[in-house]
Amino acid sequence: MTSDEIRSTVIEALCQVAPEADPAQLRSNISFRSQLDIDSMDFLRFVLALHEKLGIDIPEKDYPRLTTLDGCITYLTRPGSS
Amino acid sequence: MAEFVMPKLGADMEFGTLVVWRKQPGQMIHRGEILAEVETAKGVIEAEAFASGTIERLLTQPGEKVPIGTVMAVIRDNGAAAAVTAPGPTPVRPEPTVVATAIPAAPSSPPVDQTRLRISPAARRLAQERGVDPASVKGTGRGGAIMSEDIERAAAAKAALAVTAPLVAAPSTADKAAAMRQVIAAAMARSKREIPHYYLSTTIDMHRALNWLEQENARRPITNRLLYGALLLKAAALALREVPELNAVWQRDHVELKPAVHVGVAISLRQGGLVAPALHDTDRLTLDELMKNLLDLVSRARSGRLRGSEMSDPTITVTSLGEQGVEAVFGVIYPPQVALVGFGKIVERPWSVEGEIVSRPVITATLSADHRVSDGHRGAIFLAAVDRLLQEPEKL
Repeated sequence: MTSDEIRSTVIEALCQVAPEADPAQLRSNISFRSQLDIDSMDFLRFVLALHEKLGIDIPEKDYPRLTTLDGCITYLTRPGSS
Repeated sequence: MAEFVMPKLGADMEFGTLVVWRKQPGQMIHRGEILAEVETAKGVIEAEAFASGTIERLLTQPGEKVPIGTVMAVIRDNGAAAAVTAPGPTPVRPEPTVVATAIPAAPSSPPVDQTRLRISPAARRLAQERGVDPASVKGTGRGGAIMSEDIERAAAAKAALAVTAPLVAAPSTADKAAAMRQVIAAAMARSKREIPHYYLSTTIDMHRALNWLEQENARRPITNRLLYGALLLKAAALALREVPELNAVWQRDHVELKPAVHVGVAISLRQGGLVAPALHDTDRLTLDELMKNLLDLVSRARSGRLRGSEMSDPTITVTSLGEQGVEAVFGVIYPPQVALVGFGKIVERPWSVEGEIVSRPVITATLSADHRVSDGHRGAIFLAAVDRLLQEPEKL
């Protein structure tokens, strides 16, 4: 997948748990938690949505790398991630 | 025949508005199946049927606002006839009544002659305190005498009508948020007015629990991982078995212990406000079941798909504000419950272990409890049990 496709998928997954999120307003280097009031339950649902959409396993130790849009794109576009 | 009545979906609910019927006359329904969607100040709730059978008649129209206990539908039992109603203290009304006036106590009652009012002295005193006109209240005592509980019900209905009024005419999101805020305000004000709270706190070493969780999650597929919140809920639920008087409700002048542990999980809503629906049989769930049910509950709470039983069944509330950076939560009990457990943020602190000072992740657990029902000694036993249980996470 291209970086743009990953970005769209991440935003889609994010909007599943935070339907009020406005993708146009989302700042890519600021944590989802501070922008969208995402808690651990939302975050788990977000990771599960990424897993469903991309068919990849994400170890729990990697969760901290998925807290921003930039972080997600970097992590999910790395070699061997999908 | 069985009757489907407007269920009581929370301590402060006196009315609900039918949004939609999920079944039509002639269709079969099973006990526990969703029959209607009902709008309350806490959002749209899916109301389950409390009997199985065939829908005989629907007596309430979508958009109608009716008091709790109003018969909304009749379910024909395919076997023996039996009247089954949703749980709730308000007697079933013989006919549905659309609420349109400011005094909700007994809109269908004939006028009562004040000079011949049958009312106990205690009820009269209570009516004065609550600002209720006894003449507008229908008595349920012997010969129609007005009892204290009739006054309480009328006072609650009056308050509820005032706060749910904005829901009548297609409320905006802001109106709904304001209505929910008012319902929370009413419940919390009542709690602080009527419940003599006492508060306890303890600091719990979480290193065993977190280490176990890390190892457990490392070997689990992504779909089966646990959050530490699941351990906290399970530990609190199990500890209630040791101090059952905290798993109870206060009914007018006495405590009623609840045999099942249905922890109300405080969930903040994205549009503002919060709900605390029941995670049924919390103490009997495995951690896997608890986590799965919790995810489902949070997801439905935030999308407005909670069920009636989840709103009416909580026997205690557990809240956690740790993710917002708060170290300790001293909560306000949600009546008629008699206790609330709070968890704060997990923080690293110096900790003494066998004479050595080490750094440990710790959490502050608190208990807000009703002093009419329990004492600090019993509350302390409860918190000690939560601590002990969290030291053996593999047994939760």
